[in-house]
Parts: sequence; structure tokens; C-alpha cells
Amino acid sequence: MSDSTARPRGKTKWLLSANAVAVYLFFYAPIILLFVFSFSDNRNVGTWGGFTLGWYRDFADNEPIQDAIWVSLRVAFITTVVSVVLGTMAALALERFKFRGQRVFDALLYLPIIIPDVTMAVMMLLFFSQGLDIVNGLFGTQAGKGLTTITLSHIAFCISFVSVVVRARLNGMDDRLEEAALDLYATRWKTFRHVTLPLIAPGVAGGALLALTLSLDDVVVTQFAAGPGSTTLPVYVFGLIRRGVTPLINAVSVVMLAASILLVLLSVLLQRRGDNAPAAPAVPAGEQPSVNTINQ
Amino acid sequence: MRTTRRRAIQLAAIPLSLALVASACGSDDDSSSSGGDTSGTDVSGTSGGDSGGDMDTAECAVDEVDGDLALFNWAEYIDPDQLQEFADEYGISATMDVYDSNEAMLPQIQAGNSGYDVIVPSDYMVSIMTAGEFIQPLNQDAIPNLANLATEFQGLPYDPDNTYSVPYQAGTTGLAVDTEVVGTDFPRSWSIVFDPEFADQFGGQISLLNDPRETLGAALKYLGYSLNTTSQEELDQARDLVSSASGNLAAFNTDSADELLTSGETAIAHGFSGDMFTQILETDEGTDRYVYFVPEEGGTRWIDNMAIPFDAPHPCTAHTFINWLMDGEQGAALANWNYYTTPNEAAKPFLDEDLLAFLEDPTVITSGEESLELIVDTGDFEINYSDAFIEAKG
Repeated sequence: MSDSTARPRGKTKWLLSANAVAVYLFFYAPIILLFVFSFSDNRNVGTWGGFTLGWYRDFADNEPIQDAIWVSLRVAFITTVVSVVLGTMAALALERFKFRGQRVFDALLYLPIIIPDVTMAVMMLLFFSQGLDIVNGLFGTQAGKGLTTITLSHIAFCISFVSVVVRARLNGMDDRLEEAALDLYATRWKTFRHVTLPLIAPGVAGGALLALTLSLDDVVVTQFAAGPGSTTLPVYVFGLIRRGVTPLINAVSVVMLAASILLVLLSVLLQRRGDNAPAAPAVPAGEQPSVNTINQ
Repeated sequence: MRTTRRRAIQLAAIPLSLALVASACGSDDDSSSSGGDTSGTDVSGTSGGDSGGDMDTAECAVDEVDGDLALFNWAEYIDPDQLQEFADEYGISATMDVYDSNEAMLPQIQAGNSGYDVIVPSDYMVSIMTAGEFIQPLNQDAIPNLANLATEFQGLPYDPDNTYSVPYQAGTTGLAVDTEVVGTDFPRSWSIVFDPEFADQFGGQISLLNDPRETLGAALKYLGYSLNTTSQEELDQARDLVSSASGNLAAFNTDSADELLTSGETAIAHGFSGDMFTQILETDEGTDRYVYFVPEEGGTRWIDNMAIPFDAPHPCTAHTFINWLMDGEQGAALANWNYYTTPNEAAKPFLDEDLLAFLEDPTVITSGEESLELIVDTGDFEINYSDAFIEAKG
């Protein structure tokens, strides 16, 4: 990154740094408190009672919480894989092709992002309960709500987020690179595999992480799409809070937080790799020079 | 458990009305002020269709199981080991999922195909679910242990003959006092929070529940009215009382009223019996230092109940589970784990000493069971309660 031309000096500089410190403190002070009190040997959050690892032990022994974590992870994993594939395909279709009703599809794709969570949740609730009636009536099955319905509802809203992120990347990409590949007799698939995909990879990875986090976080939609045996971690934690906040919830939050931070770091690393990659990606050696020539 | 069940009666209308609109642009304004009890029937009518219908009781024998148990309950309301014991005993599997309010549970059940066999709605929610036919009538022949139900839990106004529900656990709302600050010589009355002459001594050390029905209800009781009043004049008096008391408050707090008390931030706390009692026992001095009581003017009482959704996939397992929990030893195991009041007479011999001492202590409910009232849904008047509470809080 190039340095900006005007670097703040004197008072301005001081004020800006103070502002930055205040903002970061505002962000991170609650997290630090949460972290510290997860080690407090007192049921009351906010009263320090000496150091203990007891809450983490409780967490490790607490079967319902661990079941909930597994449910969450399974849902999040499948959601991410499916919504990344579908979302990327949607982004490509809308960005690279012209077809009738494109603008309508374009607008419709954004809808799940705009719709309030509660509305989405109620729609899913009605959709699944009616849908299951029909399916069970037609096929004589005993299907019920559960992991599958939660996953489907998560995929439904994650596709939009993934495609928005991927489109941003596609938009900034020089489409002459694709044309060049096609000129050189690469098939559509080869072009996608060797030119487009490597270029948009950081966007795809970003979308995947977004989908993963959204799925792991969601409470409202999940609650309404859930069935027996499918309580996710956030839903369970919400239920726990009704009985008073104990440091156990802090401990669970710290673990969740650590996982999120890991994901963020991972995404930063991926983005950086993407930025550093040469403009022309891993194209078979023979083709590379010509692509570069055209690019210049 | 009890946290914000009240405020929620109006909130219940939101998902319901949204469900009716069924798509797009629903805003909170959609919620009509008329509770959720009647508006919901339409929804179940359309989705229930083949499964709803005549609502006969299930044909089940005692101890019959017809599949795995799916329990939908409040968090930490039953020991997972106890649930596993049930599963092992009957050779099935048992799962529990949790909800955080009656209002979160209601729409899932009413939409149909929820997949749950047993749910645990609170008192007023049983009325709403009965009216909407979201729960099925019980086959009492399959629940012989219903005979263990304590007399004070029989003939409850929301379901007098246990046609639809069997009490699960219960509790009261009252005051907890730190005697180290307040002393032991105080009136067992709501006056300690509402009478300025007394309350002013503890300015900034009192907390009231952040809940319109509970807190205005306490004021109504102090004034000698019913806490389910629909008289605007009585409600206005209660509002003024809460408003004048708010000067002495540390907080309107529901979620951590108990913790504020034992951490020394408050000396008098308005709260739920189970929460208070659990919290008091966690401290070193325990009941020697902290006292929980329902004032002599009376207070609220709440009861959670087991019920079976109209389209429960395994109604016989559900009946068997209800019967099993109404057994003396199992009922005691339940109460000893969550420390709420058991409605099970046969469980009493098996209760922990601490819990039993608390439940049997005649000084807890100062004027006896008759002084307690269940909060009932006042329908359209519910909005007046929330308005009055907002005004009182200023």
C-alpha cells in the first residue's frame, strides 16, 4: 500500500490517535472483561472471586452444550459448502451474462439480506410445516423438522451474502483476461477453472467465512426452523441466560470468540495471499506469456 | 426461568400477525394490542388440516411407549441424566430442546409439524394453547400418578380438571431482604418498597422487576386490589406508587435481581422464588442472612405445566413420560435438581432438606396460599399495563 500524501501532524495527529484508542477500547474492553471473568470463582458475573478454571471444566463436562456445538458445526459446515457453490454460480450468472429479467433476479437476490430476521424466520416456519405436510402426504414418509430444515434455511439466506461478496470481486476483475483465454481456445470450463476462479478466490473465501459465521451466529431463524434434537449453540446459550448469567456463559463465549478470531485471522491470511498473487494466476505455462501480453 | 414472561403477552402478537401476513414488510406495528390467544387459530386451521380435527384423547395404556421422546423445555429445567434414565427404562431415546420464552415456543407448536411430544408452557400459555387447540386433551387413564398432585395444585383456573396439562414445577414472586443491612425487624409487607417512610432509609438499594405485570401487580396488591385488575383507576394508582418508589431504586432488573442482592449492590430485591432461593444458598451465610418472603398483602404465583402438542408424533410416550415424572421419586429428583417448588405430593419425602425447609417454611408465604394470584391474560387491557409501566419508570 502506498503512503497517503498528507500525514496528520501535531494536534490533529494527537486527536486522531486518541480517537483511535477510544474506539478500540470501546470495542475490546467488554471482550477483555468477558475473558477475565470467565476465570472468576464466583457465580455472580461482575464479582471477582479468585482464579479458577472451573467454568471451563463445567463447559467440558456439560453434555447439552457440547451436543449443541456439534449441531452448530455440522449445520455451519454444510451451509458453507452449499451456499458457496450456489452463491458463486449466481454471482457469475448475474455478472457475466445478459438475459431477460436479469434486473429482477438481481433485486430478488438481495431480498434475504434486507428482510428482517423475524420475517424470514416466520416464513421458514410456515414453509417447513406446510411443506412437510405435503411431502409426508405424498410419499407417506415421517419426515420432521430438524438439522436438515435448519441447514436449508441457513443456506437460503447465506447464498445472497456469498454472491454479494463474490460479485464485488468479479466486478473488479478485468474481463479481458477471460476473453484472452477464450481466444486461445480454452473451453469455458478451462477458463473458469484456470483464470476466473483463481482471481475471485479471495472473494469466494471471504464469502465462505461470512456464511460460516452467519450460520454459527444465527438464533432467530434457527429457532423457528428447528425440530427435536437440533438445538444449536446460540439457541442453547440464549435459553441459559434466562436462568441468570453465570461465568459458564463467559467461558462458552470465550471459546466461541477464540474460534471466531481464528476464522478472521484465516480470512485475513487468505485475502493477503490473494492480493499478493500475480495478476495472471496459475495458467498452464505455455499460455501464460500471451495472456500477459494482452494484459499489458 | 421466569424472566420476562409477562411483557411477552403483547410480543406474542408479533409473530402471530406476521404469520398471518405471511410475507414481506412486517413491522412491529403490525401487532394488534389484542393478545395472541384468538388470532392464532387461523394459522393452525390452515396448516393443521388433516392432523388437527376432532382432538380425541390418545388411546394409550399405562407405560406404553410408541417411539422416542422429544421434549421441548426451558433450559436447565431437568437433569440430562434423569432424561437418560427415562430413556433407558423404556428402551427408547430421549432428546430435549430448549426455548427461552413461552412466546418463542408458541408459534413453533401452532404451525404444526414441530415434532415435539411434550412441551412445558406456563399457566397463562396453557389457556392460550387450549383456546387455540394447540395442545391435545390428556388421556388420564394413562397417567395414574396424577393422583400424586398436591391439593394446592388441583382445580387451577387455567385448567381445573387437568384436561390438557399437568403441573411441572412452580414458584412465587416476592421480596428477598439482606438482613445484615435491613435488620430482622421489618414488616413482612410491600410497604418496605412502596412506603416512603421505610423505603427512604434504603435509597438506591432496592430493585424491582423490570416487568409491567409483576411490578404493577405488586403495587396493586399493596393497594389491596387484584393484580389482574382491568380498572384504569386502580392501575393509575399503582402506576403513581411505582413512580414514587422509583426514586429509591438501584434498578428495574429482572435477569440479575438475585445476583445484585447477594453481591451487596441491593438490600431489598423483588424477584422469583426459585432464583432467589438458589442464589441465597450459593452464599456462605445462606438463609441466616437473606430472607425471601411473599408479603402479607399477597403476590404472584406461577406454574409451568407439561402438555402434549396437538400433532405430537408419539403421544403414548408423552403420556408415559408425564406419568413417570409424577412418580414420587422422579418428581423429587426433578425438584432437587432445579430447586423450584414441586406440585407432586408424593415427592415431598424425597426432597433435599434445604429445599424442603424452604417449601414448608410457613413464613415464606406470609398470608398463606390464598393470598397468591396467578397472572392471567387481560387481553386488550394488557397494553394499558405496559403503558402504565413505561410512565411509572419515567
